[in-house]
Amino acid sequence: MNELFLGLITGIAFGVFLQQGRVLRFEKQVGAMLLKDMTILKFMLSAIIVGTVGINLLVSAGVVGLKIKATYVAANLIGGLLFGVGWAVVGYCPGTSVGALGEGRYHAVWTILGMLVGAGIYAEVYPVMKVSVLNWGAFGKLTLPQVLGVSQWIVIPIFVACILFVFVWFEKKKL
Amino acid sequence: MKGPKSWRPYIAGALVGLLSIASVFLSTTMVGRPMYLGASTTFVRSAGLIEKAVANDYVKNNSYYQSKKVKIDWQFMLVIGILIGAFASSMIDKSFKLESVPPIWSDRFGDNWAVRAIGSFLGGIVAMFGARLAGGCPSGHGMSGLMQLSISGFIAMAGFFGAGIVAAHFLYKSGRGVMK
Repeated sequence: MNELFLGLITGIAFGVFLQQGRVLRFEKQVGAMLLKDMTILKFMLSAIIVGTVGINLLVSAGVVGLKIKATYVAANLIGGLLFGVGWAVVGYCPGTSVGALGEGRYHAVWTILGMLVGAGIYAEVYPVMKVSVLNWGAFGKLTLPQVLGVSQWIVIPIFVACILFVFVWFEKKKL
Repeated sequence: MKGPKSWRPYIAGALVGLLSIASVFLSTTMVGRPMYLGASTTFVRSAGLIEKAVANDYVKNNSYYQSKKVKIDWQFMLVIGILIGAFASSMIDKSFKLESVPPIWSDRFGDNWAVRAIGSFLGGIVAMFGARLAGGCPSGHGMSGLMQLSISGFIAMAGFFGAGIVAAHFLYKSGRGVMK
C-alpha cells in the first residue's frame, strides 16, 4: 500500500511538472522532431542534469542504488528506431499520452489504445525476440563510466557541460 | 516569440530532476527499492490485466507477462498520477483545452478526427512495440537511463530521436506553414 501511495504522489507531481513544462503537447513533441521547437529537449535535459548529479551523489554516499536497464545493442537500437517512427505519428510517448489526455487533448485516447495493443502484441512475440534480437549484443548492465574505465565523477562534469553547451546553442538559434 | 523563448521548460525539467532524486531516495527508505521514473511497462501490465479478464490462464502462461508481473504496482500508480496531475495543473492555470485533432497534424492531414484516430492507433501500436523491444520509453530509458549514465539509455535515445526526426520530416514537411 505504501508503495502504491508513493507512486501516486510521485505521479501527480510528475504530471504537474510535465503539464507546466508544456511538453504534453503533440506540437511540442513533433516540433522537436522537426527541429523547430526544442521545448521537450530543454525539459528532458534539464531533468537529466539535476537528476544525474543528485542521484550519483546519493549513490556515492551509499544511500541509494542504481537500477540500470541491461544493454541489448540490437534491441535497444531497433526498438528505439521503431519507437521513433511511431512517436512521429502519434506525437506522444507513453507517459505524455496519459498526461495529454489529462489536459484535454482527448485524441490521445487513440494513442493509448494503440499502445495497449502494441504491448499485447509484444507479449506474444517476446519468446521469438528472446532467442533472437535480444541475444544480439547483450552486454548486461553497462554504464558509460564502466565502458570508459573511469570514475563517474569524471564523466558527469563533461556530460553536464555538453548539455549546457546544447542549451546555449538552442537559445542562440531561438529553437 | 520574444527574447529568450521561455524559462518554463528548463525550470519544470529541473523540478522533474529533483523529483527523480526524491523518488529514488524516498522509495529506497520507505519500500527498500529505488524507484526510477518510467511509464511503458505499465502499458504491458494494463494489457495483461485486460487480457486476464477474458483469458486468465493464457496470461498466466505468457512468458513476457510472467517476467513483468501483471499487477497494479508503483509505476502503474505513477501513470495514474500523471493523468491527475496534468488535469489539475491545466485546470488551475486554465490551459486545459479539449482537442480532437492537434495542430501540425491538421495542417498536413486535415481536421477529420477519424483520420487522426486511425493514425494515432496504428502509430501507438508501432511506438509501444518499439519501446518494449528497446526496454523502455523516453522516461525510463531517456531520463532515468541517462541520469544513471546507462549505455542502453544512450542507444535507445539515439534511436528515438534519429527515427523520430526522419519520420517527422517525411510525414509533415508538406504541411501548410510547418517548415517556414
